[in-house]
Amino acid sequence: MWFASPDEVRGRLASVDYLADDGIATSVFLAGALGKPLLAEGPAGVGKTQLAKAVAQATGARLIRLQCYEGLDEARALYEWNYKKQLLRIQADGDAWEDIFSEEFLLERPLLRAIRSDEPTVLLIDETDKADVEVEGLLLEILSDFQVTIPELGTITAIRRPYVVLTSNATRELSEALKRRCLYLHLGYPSPERERDIVLAQVPELPGLLAERLARTVATLRGLELKKSPSIAETVDWARTLLALGRTDLDEGVMAATLGVVLKHDSDQSRAAKELGLPRP
Amino acid sequence: MSEPLLDRHVAFVGALREAGLPVSLAEGLDAARALTVIDLAERETLREAYAATLVKRPQHRPGFDALFDLWFPPVISDGPPEPAPGHAERPVLPNETAELRDRLADLLMGDPDDPAFRAFARSMVGRFGRVPAAGNRQSWFSYPVLRALSPQTLIARLLDAMLAERGGVPETLARTQISRNIRKFEEAVVADVRRRIAEESGIEKIARTSVPLPIDRVDFLRLTRDELARLRREVHPLARRLATRLTARRKLGRRGRLDVRRTVRASLSTGGVPLTPHLRPRRPHRPELVILCDASGSVAAFSHFTLLLTFALREQFTKVRAFAFVDTVDEITAHFRPGVDVLDAVTRMTEEADIVRFGRTDYGHVFTRFAERYADAIGPRTSLLILGDARSNYQAPALDALRRLAGEARHAHWLNPEPRPQWDSGDSLASAYAGIVPMYECRNVAQLATFVEDLAQVY
Repeated sequence: MWFASPDEVRGRLASVDYLADDGIATSVFLAGALGKPLLAEGPAGVGKTQLAKAVAQATGARLIRLQCYEGLDEARALYEWNYKKQLLRIQADGDAWEDIFSEEFLLERPLLRAIRSDEPTVLLIDETDKADVEVEGLLLEILSDFQVTIPELGTITAIRRPYVVLTSNATRELSEALKRRCLYLHLGYPSPERERDIVLAQVPELPGLLAERLARTVATLRGLELKKSPSIAETVDWARTLLALGRTDLDEGVMAATLGVVLKHDSDQSRAAKELGLPRP
Repeated sequence: MSEPLLDRHVAFVGALREAGLPVSLAEGLDAARALTVIDLAERETLREAYAATLVKRPQHRPGFDALFDLWFPPVISDGPPEPAPGHAERPVLPNETAELRDRLADLLMGDPDDPAFRAFARSMVGRFGRVPAAGNRQSWFSYPVLRALSPQTLIARLLDAMLAERGGVPETLARTQISRNIRKFEEAVVADVRRRIAEESGIEKIARTSVPLPIDRVDFLRLTRDELARLRREVHPLARRLATRLTARRKLGRRGRLDVRRTVRASLSTGGVPLTPHLRPRRPHRPELVILCDASGSVAAFSHFTLLLTFALREQFTKVRAFAFVDTVDEITAHFRPGVDVLDAVTRMTEEADIVRFGRTDYGHVFTRFAERYADAIGPRTSLLILGDARSNYQAPALDALRRLAGEARHAHWLNPEPRPQWDSGDSLASAYAGIVPMYECRNVAQLATFVEDLAQVY
């Protein structure tokens, strides 16, 4: 068992500075209780990857991370035979044909490592949407049965089921089959109240009033029709920036000067300046 | 799992399916399994447990929430509802409304997730929401509640209470906060009205009519202002998604023709035997796009959205030129330069472009005029895309002009935001034009996305 109840999830995640709301706490709890992978989807910078890290940290489990990218294949994700070593062995001993497909020559990749791990493990499959569609097929077997078939060695079944978190930015729709096997958690932008608490958890030196002001400003910015809404990570960056500048208040001048921390498009900056009535630098 | 809970679970899953959520058998079982490990007394945990196991797309979440509130209501009204004694309702005292508005003002300044906030909304529905209906029956409405309390008129007062002085950024921030909380209050009222109706006349009846459609299925012609704003915010994510899919398709597509020179060159190392054929990489064909869009009021939301989307997808096309018309036509490409704020672009386009003569849509004149003025825009590499409802106010259709335009372009397509059964009714010339340019029904974002994907990929 990973967690006993959603409330316990909330408490333990809070102890590692991750503030969970009802949705996060319940799905993190269920993923552990039902032994199903958790798919966290949402815009960039809302704490999807951080969630997996926080779960690992809060439970003292080992974190194994598989970063997805275009062109990721079985050899990088699952396992590979160390063929150089195999060649050397055959050259050294002509009768070695029998034992070159053994443990010694197997290169573990993240997925296999997570399945064979005998300690509690959190497997983070990051940015699943960046990988090609074939990789999803590979994941299906692993995520539903937690087993891997290696032709030369046989089927390897997980000793302990790892806690699996998949993240996606939704740049493409993941397949129905994959979604069906996962619990789904949509991570969106938080309410200003929650965002204020997150900022204070991340930057404890920030005055509470300023954090409140910051969270409200960012909520207003997200209400505008921008190309790219500011993420939580960017709000936290903004808080750090203000702290580094030694500012204790967020007035128009400071806001206009530091808007670049949260808005990275020129048109977004001018739109925000216009809507909020800021002086253009 | 107990019998009544199981029944409710099965009925709820059935209702989700009926509302268009694709809930598979396996997902239903997952949800049932989840119910056995959570504390059922915690309503929000129950809601999130269902959401995690059954709702796999964010667009489906609002519909799910509405149904959940009906199937697992937060409170149950006590006792049988007292019959409404005609108009002899308890009279509203003037002081009472003022007091209630004070209370509402306090709540609107606080955190809307506070349980007191929803409890207040519920008690207000109980107080004002009942309306006597025909045959000694009664019904519930949200309108009288919002009229009695009129939260919108509290804004000025709230601003005064929250700010030392008006103006500037603080006021903008306070306004955002207040209007968000007012919206939450209105939603809470509507949810409670639905709950009460469901209690009295059965859940199934109301469930069918009150569940909001996912945003990408909402009809372009029936968008409310809020929905339009939400849609516009979807433009860039949608464009990103489409772009990823399009590039992925292109990479997967067939490799190009044999590259003889490189194959022969490579065969030298194998003694002149061409072991590995080298293929020429395929040139990505990116169509030039000319968009001709109806900017008249009736279809403006549709045209604007489609324009925004195509411009957000600019990398997928070599060149995009856009023209807008009501009863005459003007080029608007310049308004959509890269880096320009899209909202400004749309506003400026409507103000500055010369597209109106008399103000009544006239497709015939537009096609003639376009052929005269912008004939050079269309060439053998161009795809012509016409956006509009083909309703021409009984003017001459100018089919020949359109035929010439379509003939010169490589491809031509017409997107019509009206449902197909309404084509040809009244002043619609849909079939006449569809005989020249293939016309597609494009009523919502989902249909539009499918079309754009086909358009950029086929050639």
